[in-house]
Amino acid sequence: MQPKEVKEALGTGVVIEAIQSMSGAESIAPDHMGRGRMPSQGYIPKAIAVDAALRREVEELLFHQAALLDNKAWGEWAELFSEDGVYWMPSTPLQTDWRREASIFAEDRLLMEVRMGRLLHPNAWSQAAQWGTNHIVGNIVIEAATPTTLEVYSRFQMMEMRRDQVRHFGGSYRHTLVKQGEDWKIQLQRVDMTNGQAAYDYVIQAWV
Amino acid sequence: MQPIDLANLVQPDRVHKSVYTDQALFDLEMEHIFEKAWVYCGHESQVKEVGDYFTMQIGRQPMVMVRDTDLSVSVLYNRCPHRGVALCGNQSGNTGKGFVCSYHAWSFHLNGKVKAIPLVKGYDGTRMHTDNADCSMVPAARVDSYRGFVFASLGKEGPGLIDFLGEAKIAFDDMCDRSPVGEVEAVPVCHRVVQHSNWKFFMENQLDALHPSVTHQSTGVSARRVEQRLKRENGSAPLFFHYLSTFASSFDQWDSVQTVNFKYGHGILKAYMGLRPTDPDTVEYEALIKKAYGEEKGEEYLARSIHHVLIYPYLSVQSPLQQLRCLRPMAPNKTLSEIWHFRLKGVPEAIYERSLWYFNLVNSPATMINADDLENWTKGQLGLESKGGEWVSFHRNYGGDTEKDGVLYSNNGTSEVVMRNQFIAWESYIRAAIQPKATA
Repeated sequence: MQPKEVKEALGTGVVIEAIQSMSGAESIAPDHMGRGRMPSQGYIPKAIAVDAALRREVEELLFHQAALLDNKAWGEWAELFSEDGVYWMPSTPLQTDWRREASIFAEDRLLMEVRMGRLLHPNAWSQAAQWGTNHIVGNIVIEAATPTTLEVYSRFQMMEMRRDQVRHFGGSYRHTLVKQGEDWKIQLQRVDMTNGQAAYDYVIQAWV
Repeated sequence: MQPIDLANLVQPDRVHKSVYTDQALFDLEMEHIFEKAWVYCGHESQVKEVGDYFTMQIGRQPMVMVRDTDLSVSVLYNRCPHRGVALCGNQSGNTGKGFVCSYHAWSFHLNGKVKAIPLVKGYDGTRMHTDNADCSMVPAARVDSYRGFVFASLGKEGPGLIDFLGEAKIAFDDMCDRSPVGEVEAVPVCHRVVQHSNWKFFMENQLDALHPSVTHQSTGVSARRVEQRLKRENGSAPLFFHYLSTFASSFDQWDSVQTVNFKYGHGILKAYMGLRPTDPDTVEYEALIKKAYGEEKGEEYLARSIHHVLIYPYLSVQSPLQQLRCLRPMAPNKTLSEIWHFRLKGVPEAIYERSLWYFNLVNSPATMINADDLENWTKGQLGLESKGGEWVSFHRNYGGDTEKDGVLYSNNGTSEVVMRNQFIAWESYIRAAIQPKATA
């Protein structure tokens, strides 16, 4: 092609406009949904009005829990739960019954005791590796309150270091708290982890 | 690539460390074992509706299992024939009445045949026309299923699925026969865990009866303490404490659990957990099974002594508790496992919960058991990559096993016949792969 021909070729053109007709993949397969099914609705918390002192108490409990986990104070951590307390990490946000679902964690106080006993056993081989976590808890929403019960939503971000690797886990907590004497105890801690169904590089050994 | 000296890689009582670490050997395994033998894709119930799909790796190949409009299940390469783009972008989902490529909208029927190409006139006079198979998605060379479990082989040649499974097909019989209607359904939660070690560590570990009381002592002892307290206080403890506490059994006890080792490296670790307590739920369930199959057959099904069945080189089926783990090797030192459990159709909820609690406590990503296995395998891989030694020893009870009709029975539960048998299979796969070159 001579330079002159290129000049001629570039001298004419078209303007295409988005017109109201089927375009792209839609014109080939009109009912195809390349995006897949719409994801199911997650959980959007609704705040109620509570006094500042109560809010402060709840925050302190959540922050204290994070500190106990990050310091591997398993015994004290388990004591945050009521005798009928349950720690539950479902596999999907749609799960509703900790006893009957394929879970990541589903532990009452007895199973917490088994896990704690394992973590502290002299021959818990996988505990030899240096590891630690850092929890940040925030976005706290108190959703329901009676004098003896509270429903609390929050979000967490957890960094875990194990040997030379760092992993991140994040998601939401939903706590059902019950008043026992002066203290609020955890009756149910539901942990919906955003990356709970992503592939795990290694596994999780302690509560998140 | 260096010529492979098989005689110095696999010996009857030991193997060279490079079978766990060498990239060229890994590539050979992928090409000649995983991409030729029958590989597990998934269960039919994972793709119930027309258009439901599940993607998985077979060897290094990205594949998709999909339910077709005629309700058959296809296994196709997840690849558009135009420019190679993957057609399904998620692990599972529904692709509707067909596949549509997100790049240039080539579309395909659910059996992979091309349906439409945009501006198709542009292909006039070229070799790419819609009645050319090159314009369609490529199916797996062979697809077959056994009792709802779907397998594909990317090689045209070789034994059929039933021949490949051999006696190890009892994995699926034992699972399904425990349902009064003979069927199971996948629970749609697939945990995935990556191990930083060669896939063989997993396969060897599954039938290794010497390791549990060492590796899992911490969990076994801790669970036993709580279990015994509950028994003292209440007279009984939930069965799932037993799942964990048995790991604390003595070496002698483990030595009494036998293994049965089959052709192609498959094998069985016989049962060691008592799964037939006499509580009302179990009594009701056993009556249900005997009603469905008759007293004799029912008893046979309930009494089968199986803990794990291994289908070499990638599957571990714990049939009495309906658990299944499937390996997808990623690199010599990296392996993904897909972890599933199944619901027995037609049984009371209490019986499903046995399977569920095993899944939650032993096979979830917060497992109290595999945490220590994975630690071993990571350290194992590290050791094998060193120059501190050349060989991996499988000498335990060497020469002390019994062979009958090609099946190897361990006289001691902790016999390393399990690994020796797996390497007989591995050696023959690799021998078949390199022989043509050797004679060339």
